Amino acid sequence: MKSSVIIFPGSNCDRDMDVALKKHGYKNKMVWHDDIDLPKCDLVVLPGGFSYGDYLRCGSIAGKSKIIKSVIEFANSGGLVLGICNGFQILTETGLLPGVLQQNKYLNFICKNVHVKVNNKENSYFKNIKKEILELHIAHNEGNYFCTKDELEVIKNNNQIALTYCNTEGSDEEEFNPNGALNNIAGLFNKNKNVLGMMPHPERMIDKYLSGNDGSIFFENLIKNYI
Amino acid sequence: MKVKVIVTLKNGVLDPQGKAIQQTLNGMGFVDVKDVRQGKYFDIEVNETDENKAKFKIDEMCKKLLANLVIEDYKIL
Repeated sequence: MKSSVIIFPGSNCDRDMDVALKKHGYKNKMVWHDDIDLPKCDLVVLPGGFSYGDYLRCGSIAGKSKIIKSVIEFANSGGLVLGICNGFQILTETGLLPGVLQQNKYLNFICKNVHVKVNNKENSYFKNIKKEILELHIAHNEGNYFCTKDELEVIKNNNQIALTYCNTEGSDEEEFNPNGALNNIAGLFNKNKNVLGMMPHPERMIDKYLSGNDGSIFFENLIKNYI
Repeated sequence: MKVKVIVTLKNGVLDPQGKAIQQTLNGMGFVDVKDVRQGKYFDIEVNETDENKAKFKIDEMCKKLLANLVIEDYKIL
């Protein structure tokens, strides 16, 4: 499976993502934001970080960069697009995903491990995944997902909620919500389920001795579904 | 000409920074402060002498970049 990781000025999880993808058998290429064309690939990753210093709104400037037109075309033609953290924020700013990621409810930068529940397995990302509750890392100031009531209805009706914050048992009550996100949303699909935005960082959980390997489960599953 | 734009959060959208500012003001003794909403202000200089044309362009800029219409409203002054 061929992948492309886009680098924006201020991205800082791009190299971690490169390492994670290669470790799990992906043929990855790094792509500069100022390029116009994407290399031929099956998966585009918008990595975490602070693109353009989070100026104006998180992800807003990156959402207008040169490469984004190709990313939108790629997504609209059915290509897999994965946005992690700042990448998720960029996806909402481009309109590929609905809603917006606002500042965390209690105004604090949150950096810790959380558990998230896989809500929808009928897609390329989570089909046949062997664990439904994943322990992943979050590190963000703006992860508080928000959308209008009407949009939320549409999201629910289309089963677009990919991941929700939960406890170790998978209970996704409000008390296990770290940042105030609507309905504990940690990850979200577009209608066709080929675009996925998520606040947790799977690329930080690929070594059981350093962190954990639930991120590996995610990457292994995705490439397996592709083959 | 110069055009001013104010972007604010829509009514009903949680504004934690505004809330923190309000609580701080209350704590400082400004007990009459009931609510604070924080926003952004832009001073934009455009190469255009016709006010209507300039504002038309700025309106497009607001919709496309300066404001996120999911949570924000804008006013061109």
